[in-house]
Parts: sequence; structure tokens; C-alpha cells
Amino acid sequence: MTFFDALQTHAFLQYALLAGLLVSIPCGVVGSFVVIRRISYIAGGIAHSVLAGLGIVHYFRVVHGFEGLSPIAGAVIAALLAAVVIGWVSLHLKQREDTVIGAVWAMGMATGILFISMTPGYTTDLMSYLFGNILMVTSRDLWLIAALDVVVLVTVALFNKQLLAVCFDGEFAGLRGVHVQRFYFLLLALTALTVVLLVSVVGIILVIALLTLPAAMANLFARRLWQMMLWATAACAILTTGGLAVSYAPDLPAGAVTILLTGTAYFLTALFRRR
Amino acid sequence: MSDAITCRGLEFGYDGKPVLRNVNITIPVGDFVCVVGPNGSGKTTLLKIALGLLKPTAGSIEVLGQRPDRSRGKIGYVPQHPRLDPLFPVSAMDVVLMGRLGRTRSFGAWRSADRGQARRALDEVGLVDRAGHHFASLSGGQKQRVLIARALAGDPELLLLDEPTAGLDAHIEEGFYRLLQELNERLTIVLVSHDLGFVSGFVRSVVCVGQDVVVHPTSEITGQVIADLYGSDMRLVRHDHRCSEDGHKS
Repeated sequence: MTFFDALQTHAFLQYALLAGLLVSIPCGVVGSFVVIRRISYIAGGIAHSVLAGLGIVHYFRVVHGFEGLSPIAGAVIAALLAAVVIGWVSLHLKQREDTVIGAVWAMGMATGILFISMTPGYTTDLMSYLFGNILMVTSRDLWLIAALDVVVLVTVALFNKQLLAVCFDGEFAGLRGVHVQRFYFLLLALTALTVVLLVSVVGIILVIALLTLPAAMANLFARRLWQMMLWATAACAILTTGGLAVSYAPDLPAGAVTILLTGTAYFLTALFRRR
Repeated sequence: MSDAITCRGLEFGYDGKPVLRNVNITIPVGDFVCVVGPNGSGKTTLLKIALGLLKPTAGSIEVLGQRPDRSRGKIGYVPQHPRLDPLFPVSAMDVVLMGRLGRTRSFGAWRSADRGQARRALDEVGLVDRAGHHFASLSGGQKQRVLIARALAGDPELLLLDEPTAGLDAHIEEGFYRLLQELNERLTIVLVSHDLGFVSGFVRSVVCVGQDVVVHPTSEITGQVIADLYGSDMRLVRHDHRCSEDGHKS
């Protein structure tokens, strides 16, 4: 059965396709900020600490029967916490930012691994957290993803001016009365939410590529930020759909295929679009 | 006429090492001042104190009659050559609009009044036809003019510029100072430069930052006097990056 035939009959494929399209919007919008502000390493740290939230929720669901706990809620809390810690420690304790990111990155993963190892049963969940399993997206997840989409888009629509100014020239923005630190934290929080959305599609380890490469590709063509966001969103939508379609028939992991497509597209674009 | 900048007994040091000592200067409204001095003398430090980015360790400074951090909204700041990502996705207009921050609503998109003001500012620096151009694709001189337009877009009363012509060709530099001269008809301008020789033909006064900080009105030192006072001084500034002690006396 081809992907398009299967799409008409299988609800899980429709959910997967819809999830890919829904995450493309914040992926393009927030990914553009991540690329121009050069914080993709921070996004990587946030992504890996998401495992702590997923692991803790997994443990309490299985061991203590708290079925009401949502893995996505756990992921959101862990990601926001990681963003705040990275931002606060590097600003106020005068530590090197990359060292702080490395610490949060590894400690987040370690916490997740600890809780997952204390949970009896199969470890297939661990694999799907790390490498993503878009085919497991449920209709409830779709609503959560859509809600997070709205939060991200409304926030960016409200503060686009300040976010762009802070990324372009923080010192000048500060002199014009913009609270630079506050908007830096807002950008980190938006990055955290977007990372959580993308984890549901490609998993923790591969997120960083999907967050930055479509935006980096768009940057090679765009002269304005909104153009970059638009093209990055389109690229992300095409690549997640493509990853799903290509991986379906040979039964390959969709996340890995999506990332290989994305990376190849990025390198080809960079090669043929030099300026 | 009130004063644009007043320093009384101003001192500043980094990690206990004094940079500025007992600075007492007054810059009247409408003045066009060049701050000169050797590298590391504290020119840029003085500018950052005037912007409220650094706090003096002793003494006081008033900018437009207020504490520097309170008068920021009325200051247009033009930084030293922008360290810029050549792919940064902004047009010249986008950059100028950033100067409207603090003068417009906090939420949502720019208003048409902001766009009008930004367009006028671009027109004033002669680049209104480049409004939609990618900022990174502009020449060095054009970029610097866009940054002036960004400062003008906030309706400033005082323009502070930090080494605005570093890295520009001499003929572009001249046009740049003519533009500043035109702007001086309605604005007080203070610029930091390491190159007094070129600037002295345009400005009204010179603030020399060295062991002492001294104001020299250029109107009092014309012709032969300039040559006597600054002839050796200028060469030293240009080649050795040192102000001669003699230039400050007499």
C-alpha cells in the first residue's frame, strides 16, 4: 500500500501528517529567531533536558498509577525549567554559557534515564522519546500541539518588534527602553515550547536539526524576518511530510528519515545558493 | 540656554583602576563636540556614562537636565561599526524602525506613524530610496547613515556617536560630517573620534580626554592658533595615538 492510499484509511497516519504540519508553524517562526540569535546550542540543551520531564511522568504513570499526568506537560515543565536555569546562571553567576548548557543538557538526560530505569516494563518508550515516533501521536496530543501553536504565535505577534531588535542589537534596544533580559528569557521560553512540539515529531536527539536547518535554508533566500519565517515554515512542512511519506512503505523510522531529508536539503541549498 | 551634558567631579574606574579623574565639563545645547584622546583614555567610557550604561564611581553627570538613564529616550545613539551577521534578515527600513522603540505602543506591529517617522529619518540621511534594501547589502557608509536614521527616528534632542567613521573612506567621511553639520542645526551632537585632524573642520568644540579632560572651543582657536596648538598634537593623535601634554596648556 502506498503512503497516499494508507493516508485515506488510517487515522494514525492522518494524525501524524497533521502533527507534522502543526509543528511546522512554530518551527519556522521560532526557528528563525534561534538561527539569527545563534542559540541553537541552547535549544539542544533544552531538548535533552526534556527527557527528565518525560522520564518522571512515565515513572509516576506506571509505578504510582497517575494516569492523568501528560507526558507533554512533563516535557513543557522540564523544557521551561532548563531554559530558565541556562539563562539565569549564565546571566547572573557570570559562568560561561556553553558550560552551563552542557551541565543542564547532561543532567536532564541523566534524570530521565534514572526515572526510566526505575520504571518496570519495556523500554520502548525510551526509544520513542529519544528518536521520536510521530505515528504514536493521538488526537489528544494534536489538541495540545495546536494549543501550544497558538501560544507561540500570539506571543511572537505581540512582541515581534522587541524580539527582532534584541536579536539585532541588544545594546541599542536596551537604550530604547526595551527590557533586553526579559525578552531574552521570553525567546528562551518560546524555544523551549517549540522544542517540546518538535520532540513529538522527531524525538529529543534529532530536534536541533529540525529547529534550525529549515530556518537556515530560508535565511539563504529571505531578506526580511517575516519572509524567513514563512519559507522556514514551508520547508519544515514539506520535510516532515516528506519524511513520513518516504519512511512509510519501507517501514523506516520517520524521525530519522525526516532529519536525513532535512540535512540533505540544507547542504544542497547551501551549496547552490552561495552569496 | 540650558546644558546638554554637565559633569561635576566625575570619576570612573574599572576594577579599582582609575580611567577618568575629576572630569568637569559642560556641553551646551546646540553644540557640536568631538571627544578625542588616545586609545584607552576613556573616550568611549565617557560616552557610556552619558548613556547611563556605566555608573560613575564618584561625582555627578546630568544629561538634558536629568540622570542619564532617565533621559535615554531623548538621546539618539549611533554605535561604533556594527558587528553584523551578513545574513541577518532585515531591510534598511526594519533597522530604522527599531529607533521607534520606546516611542510607540509595546504590543503588536509598527503603526503607520512609526513608518512615516522612519521614512522621514531615512530621507534626512539621503537613503529613502534604499528603504527596502537588505541592510547587509548596503555599503559601509550607507550602513552608518542608516544607523544615524535609526537614532533620528526616536526624535532625539542629543545625538551621541561612537567612532562613527571608523573604516570609512575619506570622501565618504566628509559627506558624513556634512550630514552631521546639517543635523547640528536642530540637534546637539557629541561624537567620539580618534582622528581630530579631519573632524576639527566641522565641529564647534573639542573635548580632549587624557590625564585631564579639557574643553577647547574651536571658535577661539582658528587659523594660525589651531596650527600652533594642534599641529603637533594632531600628528601625535594620528600616528602615536597619544595627546601631547603641550596641546592642553596655554
